[in-house]
Amino acid sequence: MDQTELRQWEQRCIQEEPPECTAACPLHVDVRALNAQLREGRWNDGWQILSRTMPLAGILGRICDAPCETRCKRNAAGGTIRIGALERACVNLAAGGYRIVPLPAKRKAIAVLGSGLSSLTVAWDLARKGYAITLFEPGLQPGAGLAARFPDLLTTDIIRAELAWLEKWGVRFETGQPIHSQAFLSQTLTHFQSIYIGLEAVSSPEWNLDSDPKVFAGGGDPSVIYQAAQGRWAATTMDRTLQKVSLTAGREKEGPFATRLFTSLAGVVAQPAVAMTDAHGGYTADEARAEAGRCLRCECLACVKVCPYLERFGAYPRKYAREIYNNESIVMGTRTANRLINSCSLCGLCETVCPEDFAMQELCLQTRQSMVAKGKMPPSAHEFALEDMAFSQSEAFLLARHAPGLDHSSHLFFPGCQLCASAPGQVAALYDHLRARLGAVGLMLGCCGAPAHWSGRQVESEQILDLWQHQWEALGRPQLLLACSTCYRMFHEHRPQVPIQSVWETLSTVGLPETKCSFAAPLAVHDPCTTRDAPHIQAAARHLLVSLGGTAAELALGREKTECCGFGGLMESANPEIAQAVTRRRALLSSHDYLTYCAMCRDRLAAAGKRAVHLLDLIFPQADTPDPAGRPRPGWSLRRENRARLKAGLLKGPWGESAPGAEEHRRLRLHMAPDVAERLEARRILTEDIRQTIAQAEASGQKLRHPATGRFRAAFRPRQVTFWVEYGPAAEGFEVFNAYCHRMEVGRP
Amino acid sequence: MKPENETVWSDELAWRCAACDRPLELGQVSVAYMNNSFTTEMPHCPGCGLVLVPEALALGKMAEVERILEDK
Repeated sequence: MDQTELRQWEQRCIQEEPPECTAACPLHVDVRALNAQLREGRWNDGWQILSRTMPLAGILGRICDAPCETRCKRNAAGGTIRIGALERACVNLAAGGYRIVPLPAKRKAIAVLGSGLSSLTVAWDLARKGYAITLFEPGLQPGAGLAARFPDLLTTDIIRAELAWLEKWGVRFETGQPIHSQAFLSQTLTHFQSIYIGLEAVSSPEWNLDSDPKVFAGGGDPSVIYQAAQGRWAATTMDRTLQKVSLTAGREKEGPFATRLFTSLAGVVAQPAVAMTDAHGGYTADEARAEAGRCLRCECLACVKVCPYLERFGAYPRKYAREIYNNESIVMGTRTANRLINSCSLCGLCETVCPEDFAMQELCLQTRQSMVAKGKMPPSAHEFALEDMAFSQSEAFLLARHAPGLDHSSHLFFPGCQLCASAPGQVAALYDHLRARLGAVGLMLGCCGAPAHWSGRQVESEQILDLWQHQWEALGRPQLLLACSTCYRMFHEHRPQVPIQSVWETLSTVGLPETKCSFAAPLAVHDPCTTRDAPHIQAAARHLLVSLGGTAAELALGREKTECCGFGGLMESANPEIAQAVTRRRALLSSHDYLTYCAMCRDRLAAAGKRAVHLLDLIFPQADTPDPAGRPRPGWSLRRENRARLKAGLLKGPWGESAPGAEEHRRLRLHMAPDVAERLEARRILTEDIRQTIAQAEASGQKLRHPATGRFRAAFRPRQVTFWVEYGPAAEGFEVFNAYCHRMEVGRP
Repeated sequence: MKPENETVWSDELAWRCAACDRPLELGQVSVAYMNNSFTTEMPHCPGCGLVLVPEALALGKMAEVERILEDK
């Protein structure tokens, strides 16, 4: 990612766009922050926020006509926030005062004519910048016009107190001046570098103002906030003219503008504006707190609200893009965003709910690819999943055949790795059914390369797809029938020339075996996240459920807004804690049992304690599993055994061949208490790793012995991991008491 | 890279090398990961040099340092 790409990513996330009120205010007062203080009764903090932006807040805050209110999002849920009244309450309740120190004197003199709000704002802004300001007022009392226009809200004392601040910063007030004559104007032009005429208070037909570049004017708007804004804009132009710098640079958002901030009103309860007990005196402290409490504190976070992963890292995509960019740019030092990059499930829900289509999954995936290319991918992040993939690509599982007794295939069933790992019996039954209905259906066992793709290893995923394609071509390019939606997406995106169909659609067409759904209650359909862009697969799954006599219930986040189960994108491998939180949250969406059509989703939901069935549980009920929704998730070791057994069973069954024998150490019998097995599953230590460790310790004698318990402890390092096993002899094998592993290589003393 | 408390060592030092039938002793061993190597104290057999990496160390400090080195 380079700087330009970073900006494009940042630009897309609108969380930091200003809310409607701020964008509508000609001065851009931070109303959201103001309300956040007022709701807590922190009047002085509110005053600081107001006076940071608003000139003469002691005056303007009391009389502001609040055009912001017309764009307040609360309007659609009970009525706009009464921001003008809240400003008034804040000014009334705060101690007031300004912590402003003017810049050093510039030795440039500026004349300001009139003492309306635009004139006072020019004096306010330019005095702070160090200009010598003289304000000429034709009347006897500066600000008298304001007091006269707002007798209920302003008093002479209030105005005098504010003007005292101007005097403190060096503004001179000249009252009773004959400013309406051309002679006065000509004389002023010779003594001052620049003149401002506040049209809300003074004007004269005698003045000849023909394009004199030293004279500026404004304030002709009836709205006081616009008068102040015009004064501010004029002051900026006068300052820039005198400083001889660009008059236009950085002023695109001066005045009201359209904001891109999106704020969802879903779930917002309508609340009417707080009534004022004393309309003349304005909101009391309690009333102001209650009214400010209605503020929606507008923000987007549309993606963060639906994604525990985005939530967990404490920010939002705009910030994440910056963190990821910094992570990539580091030459020496710690890459603190590695976990952020590797924990995303790549499910794409953020892009679906984002008004600007921010795709966190694309950002994370392309960064993973770049990390792999630079050799900066932490080896442990995806290793376990990649080893499981390697198993699927080994002789223990790989298979590509025409149907038994045939030399051609019209179709090719590719069940994918994890369905075979979870439900091998149903895979075999489905293959039989497909052959019975379609005839020449070949079979291919293996992996689609998704784990490599998700981990950013493009070379490996392409190699797997190339090998797959080679075998598919050798089988005569049959139509591919896919049971796994991840495989479906992989082939759809990476091998678009291959004709593919979801096997759920195939079954909708060719028909189901004679079975009936055993679930009387509705099943809540959990769509796998990889079907997000495949509504036809989602529809087919529901169609099959209904055909079986079942009833579908919809989850709040379903179909194109479905959530990942926690396995996608190798989230589970890189960050098991977040993956577990994701699964648990998903499980809580409905009290119905879930129906899904992805083996990984089914098993993860089951592991989180959610009753869940796979479509195949309904189509091919297994006699040994009377309650498929309560079937525990098979552990990683069993998932490998199931794949190997499926292949061996198919070779023996339909094809009538003998399967290769198991290696010596596979025959070693192990006993393990359930809590030990559970611990080893969480530590991702396979039974196979334990067998190998014990086998080599027993063969070499390299082991430790505990004199009190008689147990042994031994280590084995078959790859970049050292496994430690604590075990003891047991009937026809060994009892395993514990195992753990580390990646560091430990030498001898 | 030491375990959190000393009792861990005493538990681990109860193990004996099965091949040499000798008690373990504490001593410096070399540890390497991601092109970084250093030495640290661990129980090992004074005869054949077989090292015991205690569970608390492997799952605690060692895992932490592994992650730090992977993020370098």
